[in-house]
Amino acid sequence: MSCYETLMDYGLRSLGYGERLLPRSDFTLCQQFVLIGSGMIWNIYFGLVALLSGFALATALAVGKAASSPWFRKPAEWVIFIFRGSPLFIQFFFAYFLFLSLKGQVPAFDALTSAWLGAALVLFLNTAAYSGEIFYGALMSVPRGEVEAADAYGLSGWAKFRRVVWPTTLRLAWPAYTNEAIFLFHATTLVFFSGFPASRQKGDALYYASYFADKTFNPFVPYPILAGYFVLLTLVVIAVMGLIGKRLNRHLPNAAPTRAKGFGMLMR
Amino acid sequence: MFASCADPETLSGLSWLTCYLTTGKHIAFYWAFGTVLLLLAVTAPVALAFGFGGAMAARSRIAPLSWLGKGYIAVVRGVPDIAFFLFFVIALDQGIEWLRHKAKCPDWDQPIRQGNDFIVCAEAKMPLSSSAQWVHEVYGFWLAVFTFALVFGAFAANVLFGAMRAVPRAQTETAEAYGMSRAQVFRRVIVPQMWVYALPGLSNLWMVLIKASPLLFLLGVEDIVYWARELGSTKTPQFTAYPHGDWRMWYFLFLLVFYLGFTRISEIVLDRIMRRLTHGQATLGSHKRTGPVGMSKAGPP
Repeated sequence: MSCYETLMDYGLRSLGYGERLLPRSDFTLCQQFVLIGSGMIWNIYFGLVALLSGFALATALAVGKAASSPWFRKPAEWVIFIFRGSPLFIQFFFAYFLFLSLKGQVPAFDALTSAWLGAALVLFLNTAAYSGEIFYGALMSVPRGEVEAADAYGLSGWAKFRRVVWPTTLRLAWPAYTNEAIFLFHATTLVFFSGFPASRQKGDALYYASYFADKTFNPFVPYPILAGYFVLLTLVVIAVMGLIGKRLNRHLPNAAPTRAKGFGMLMR
Repeated sequence: MFASCADPETLSGLSWLTCYLTTGKHIAFYWAFGTVLLLLAVTAPVALAFGFGGAMAARSRIAPLSWLGKGYIAVVRGVPDIAFFLFFVIALDQGIEWLRHKAKCPDWDQPIRQGNDFIVCAEAKMPLSSSAQWVHEVYGFWLAVFTFALVFGAFAANVLFGAMRAVPRAQTETAEAYGMSRAQVFRRVIVPQMWVYALPGLSNLWMVLIKASPLLFLLGVEDIVYWARELGSTKTPQFTAYPHGDWRMWYFLFLLVFYLGFTRISEIVLDRIMRRLTHGQATLGSHKRTGPVGMSKAGPP
């Protein structure tokens, strides 16, 4: 079987298209590359969905945590505390079993027990909490002078936030937020190892990599392939976030740092 | 456990719960928390040592050594940690058996990899197939510790590498002016001074380590996640004296609360240490409690 045929058979296997049976013997290098790459579709899906939706909630959480009214501050603080203070792995397990028992009572929750929605929901809340904390830290370090200048121009309320405070917050938070994005993509590999079932063997990249490692009892081929894919993905994330960061800083005379500098912000 | 638990069918309410929560399997579940704490207590210093080695290699003047150090940091940071866990558990096991095979069975003529099998002679098995169950468990635990240390060592190396570079140039310059060699400058000036710069990163790393500890489950250790799944699943009267429905949700809620408490306590303790270390020092941490972006502490005060 040529590599092209393998690509046709297994290229979209993770979504359920193509050959139904996974390879069982005589594993070729090409099969491993194609299937693990096919699984990357799920990692990218989970990462993108959580990142884009989480961004909005993160902004709300940051503003909420900075609010003076306890009605906004307390809920935001608790969401951030709960999702940052416990392991994502346990969150996945808990959420899956929670959805499972909800489904037992209300059938409408059926979709939540499958990974594409349930796991995406957990990742969304998780990344929103982590990024919310980053944005909050940035919001607290917006220079006072900028806010005073906005006041002097007669800006207030929503206009001041949208045109002065928020852009500066993003600018300050961007290096740390880039790191969060990278770790979010890494965290997507946990999904199929934490309760959420891979129905009909439609799994993510790590699912297929461990499938091959189990079958061939040789971890030295599938895991390096997976690592290669993830290093590539990480480079793409850094490049895209770098472009956005450059755009955020485009009016500044000397471009502000686009890469993370401090060492406290390196990981989640 | 208690004498009154002899006949569970007659129990109800609180006494049933007391008896249920003290069954032999639940005691094993509580011991598993000890396993997790032991893993953390052992891994943290080992990872720090690995990190120190990695950081020293990365700032070495010998190019290959520096590439090795930087490569170690970059590869581990660029790839999901769970992939490393799954990889190293098999790779280390096979590596150890391969070395023992080479040493103990020199006149073995068959290839070790035969198709999909990895075959070494019986004396090279690790642990020996004749050894007791607890030997297997201890061996599995140490493989897990080593894997954790290897992965988190890279993160620690990254933190320490940054901290070593954060020591003000004027300090090392002064030391050079006193005629100290490179090694002396490192030993007498950089290492004593870097800790305060490393602490925010290291305390963050400790939090990440705590939150990675449930991944022990993936390494085949019977840890709290294993027991929570085991004990929580539906039990029918045929197999147990304490039948119940699917309680896994509650068991995982308990784990969630355990971890929330654990990270919260760590946070408070680390905050105290940081305040003590930066006492009287002209760093950002000394006059402002929250650090730079992304470092401020989470949670309700």
